[in-house]
Amino acid sequence: MDFDFYLSTMWSVLKALPLTLEIWFFGIAFGLIIATGLTWLRASGHKLGEYFTRAYVFVFRGSPLLVQLYLIYFGLSQFDFVRHSPILWPILRDPMYCTIVAMALNTAAYESEIFRGALRAVPVGQIEAAKAFGMPAFTRFRLVTLPIALRLALPAYSTEIILMTKATALASVVTIMEMMGTAQKIQHDTFRPIEVLTCAGVIYLLLNLSIARLFAWVEYRLSPHLRPPPEQSQQIKPVPEVL
Amino acid sequence: MEFLSDLQAQFSTAYELLAAGWGVQLLWGIAWTLAVTMVSMLIGAMLGSLVAAAKLSPRGGLRFIGESYTTVFRGEPELLIIYLFYYGGTQVLTGVARSTGSIGSTDILNMPSFLGGVLAVGIISGAYQAEVFRGSFLAIHRGELEAARAYGMSAFQRFRLVIMPQVLRLAVPGLGNVWQLTIKDSALISVTGVAELMLTANKAARSTHHSLLFYTVAGILYLVMTSVSTPIFEKAERYTSRSFTRPK
Repeated sequence: MDFDFYLSTMWSVLKALPLTLEIWFFGIAFGLIIATGLTWLRASGHKLGEYFTRAYVFVFRGSPLLVQLYLIYFGLSQFDFVRHSPILWPILRDPMYCTIVAMALNTAAYESEIFRGALRAVPVGQIEAAKAFGMPAFTRFRLVTLPIALRLALPAYSTEIILMTKATALASVVTIMEMMGTAQKIQHDTFRPIEVLTCAGVIYLLLNLSIARLFAWVEYRLSPHLRPPPEQSQQIKPVPEVL
Repeated sequence: MEFLSDLQAQFSTAYELLAAGWGVQLLWGIAWTLAVTMVSMLIGAMLGSLVAAAKLSPRGGLRFIGESYTTVFRGEPELLIIYLFYYGGTQVLTGVARSTGSIGSTDILNMPSFLGGVLAVGIISGAYQAEVFRGSFLAIHRGELEAARAYGMSAFQRFRLVIMPQVLRLAVPGLGNVWQLTIKDSALISVTGVAELMLTANKAARSTHHSLLFYTVAGILYLVMTSVSTPIFEKAERYTSRSFTRPK
């Protein structure tokens, strides 16, 4: 056991953690925006919107993220209009932006399905009650549908976020030196793949476990009504025996 | 309409390139992808059922092993596991071969890329399959297990006649999902040099400079594979649950 090697590897990989988190954060943030749009389009009831979202989900869930990443990074630059566009080219020539775009587009497909399911799972009685109260559509959405749906979507959403953490590793194949890329470099320099990948693996695992913990905590905070009631003895103080 | 003329130019070369031999290469790529996926699913099924049994075991130690397995292999990036098995395998094989003297002290014995890739994807697949099997087992009615016990069936008889047929039936939809995941994970083993669909598309894209064409074709072929497997699993689900009618 060569602890110095483990420590220095761990430290080098950890220095790449901010970059991994950057890809992760922007991928998730843009993904969430796209997913919201897709969910809205699907729920709006227009036939065209439904066809579009169905096709979108089919394409992005049915093919590997690696293909999507290569298609965006290597494929799109084949178009002359992409290379000459002042807006698209600065984004699509940069592997970092390409990874974020691919991740966002990919996760949006999964997330839109999660949100769709959550919206459908909101009990009809709640919506009917809101209608009976005379709430206008937007108020009904803001106060009744959305809070319930978000709570219902949370477990599946946390799974998707963890899948995104794992997906950031793909950035290494388009030359980004995030944690996986750094680990690969050290591994090639030292030819000690097992030690190096174990170090990286420990960091990824701790990262994912803390994300899972965080979501479990949010879930716990958001569902007080599902918890068993506290023990009666704590709730009702026994009558002091003074008499 | 610069865009359309551009697109047309791309399409006209598409046919030529595919007919010139890349089409056949891509078909071989599909065959390898399917081979990798199937072998990985088999490895995953064996590991997955063992891990599911460990997770359901009354013994704490076994449960801990099972939990760790599913946590680690579902929590790590797939790429890392694949590198670990491929490069790590090379490290181990080289070390062993050097110490036994079967290769020189500067030679390297490479992990066979198919074996390394299939082991890695199979182990990841096993983690997901373990969860599927565990869920199916928990869905079996407790009364049936009690009845089997009451009949005096041995543990093996209970497993063979009561548990296994039902777990297999209930696991079909979940296994369909894992199959799709595994097809997509198999694309990652292109990094180790298995000539499956992704690597073939890569080679074609690099040597012809038509990356858009080949990655699009690869994407479509993956879509075909994943969408063809959906009705197959639906059919399997109908077949395995044919004696169970559900109220509509």
